[in-house]
Amino acid sequence: MRGNSGANLDIDLVRINELRKSYFRGEQTVTVLKGINLKVQNGGFTALMGPSGSGKSTLLNLIAGIDKPDSGRLTVSGIDITSLSESDLAEWRSQNIGFIFQFYNLMPVLTAAQNVELPLLLLNFTSKARRSRARMVLEMVGLEDRLDHYPNELSGGQQQRVAIARAIVTDPTLIVADEPTGDLDRQSASDVLDLLQRLNLEVGKTIIMVTHDIHATRSAKDVIHLDKGELVENKPLAY
Amino acid sequence: MLFILNISLKNAFRHKIRTILTLLGLAVALLAFGLLQTVITAWYSKATSASTARLVTRNATSLIFDLPIYYKDQIRGIKGITEVAHAQWFGGIYKLPKNFFPQFAVSSNYLDVYSDFILTDEKKIAWINEKRGAIVGRQLANRFNFKEGDRIQLKGTIYPGNWEFIIKGVYEGSDDTKVTDRMFFHWDYLNSYILGIPKNNLAAPNNVGVFISTIDDSRNAARISDNIDTFFKNSVAPSYTETEQAFQLGFVAMSDQIIEAIRTVSYVIVLIILAVMANTMSMSVRERTRELATMKALGFKPSFLSTLIFSESLLIALIGGSIGMLLTPPSASAFQLVTDNIFPVFAVSQKTVMLQIICASSVGVLAAIAPAINVFKIKVVDGLKTVT
Repeated sequence: MRGNSGANLDIDLVRINELRKSYFRGEQTVTVLKGINLKVQNGGFTALMGPSGSGKSTLLNLIAGIDKPDSGRLTVSGIDITSLSESDLAEWRSQNIGFIFQFYNLMPVLTAAQNVELPLLLLNFTSKARRSRARMVLEMVGLEDRLDHYPNELSGGQQQRVAIARAIVTDPTLIVADEPTGDLDRQSASDVLDLLQRLNLEVGKTIIMVTHDIHATRSAKDVIHLDKGELVENKPLAY
Repeated sequence: MLFILNISLKNAFRHKIRTILTLLGLAVALLAFGLLQTVITAWYSKATSASTARLVTRNATSLIFDLPIYYKDQIRGIKGITEVAHAQWFGGIYKLPKNFFPQFAVSSNYLDVYSDFILTDEKKIAWINEKRGAIVGRQLANRFNFKEGDRIQLKGTIYPGNWEFIIKGVYEGSDDTKVTDRMFFHWDYLNSYILGIPKNNLAAPNNVGVFISTIDDSRNAARISDNIDTFFKNSVAPSYTETEQAFQLGFVAMSDQIIEAIRTVSYVIVLIILAVMANTMSMSVRERTRELATMKALGFKPSFLSTLIFSESLLIALIGGSIGMLLTPPSASAFQLVTDNIFPVFAVSQKTVMLQIICASSVGVLAAIAPAINVFKIKVVDGLKTVT
């Protein structure tokens, strides 16, 4: 697995300058992000916190390239992803981003191993290589005995670990996690956070995580607070 | 490719009851379509199995008027004609009117003209030597279990009285498409009867309904037909000559509107199942909006996701269609029995099978178009918020 360690740690993986985003709700324009400036270091583990509607998920979606800003500049590994076409952006995501969602978003008709294999379909792996790599990452997340289980046969914590395996199987540059513990009990949430921390510390993966959970921020190296679409300095850790 | 097939198959059967009901609908629709197409094929079977190398000469005024028997020698003398036979419609009833089958009083050389009816020389001679002898086609023999030596009685409608015939042979068709539901007996037997009764408008002696001629080259059919009709232009009974196929098509044309109605209904059935299938696919894809958005987020392009939807739709359509196609031949046999052999040839043709495959595939493709377009429209961010 590709690590982001050593000399590269000094390089900013994500650079955001004056990023703005608005939505139209009927005839009303709702400004969600009001000129965000942010840098995330390579190998960092950043937690984005803020109250509902603060714009943290929108910011995460923009960084992950599944949404486009109205204005501003956003580079990941030096690539200005705001200038990419939809097709190029899809290809870029397949190679550079690992997604972890609150509700796991696994394909219910596929087994754990097949779910993990899914992103590899886009990277020209042979079926044998796909299977072997999926098995390897499922072993990493402690699910080697659940390869052929369907999502509905797994607990919430196990499903989220499959989702984490799916997120890292392509060895992405950046992992984005949107409330990864939001649907889990305390023990499962703790296991998932430990796993993310291990991926960050041992493999050097850069992680940006949106969370409401104050305990979750303890795994992160940096905590960034957003409120009403703006970054807030020295915000107390309570929402 | 295997992965696409695997995931398409799994998605197709995600809601088992809905998919099974859709498959059932597809199977029934394709079966109904196949049967109706077979009815159309059967309707035309006499015409399509008729030859273009045989000419039929009838009275120019109408088929209900006869032609004098002496025309036969004159037709035989026309250049290009190789053999001439004659036939007269009999129209008798076998036991009950519902047992209708065609009967013709024919010349003894009739089977020389109809080489696609196969009868051994021995049986042909036996038939010719028996004044009341008759030969029946295989389909007719099977229908009423007629055997050689059987004596059957027909009640005459045009020619009154009870007519007894002795079956001297069962002729076969040269292939499965040949209609062998007719009975032939001697024209001389009929004519001798007419000679013995008082003259009337319905039955005049020494007349025939049609002359059937073979010609040296089917490409000369039009010219020879013209020559025959020109020859009899100013005679007591002007003639009208056409190929046997055109003659048979003339009968079918009388029921063209019914055939068109059947044809239309068969395609309407396909349209209905298309609507059902499109609804199934739309529901199926709508329920999976979040999954599709997730796949888009992972980097799958809309074209790939559309391929998944098209393959799922095609898979359902082809499975349902195949069940319908497999059920068509046995259903056609049952239909033929139930309808008391109205159609002597009621086999599912290759053309019908091809049409079934085309219809099933078209339903699969067309039903997936709208859902596939929607996949292009799904925004990842909105799709991920969808509650399923």
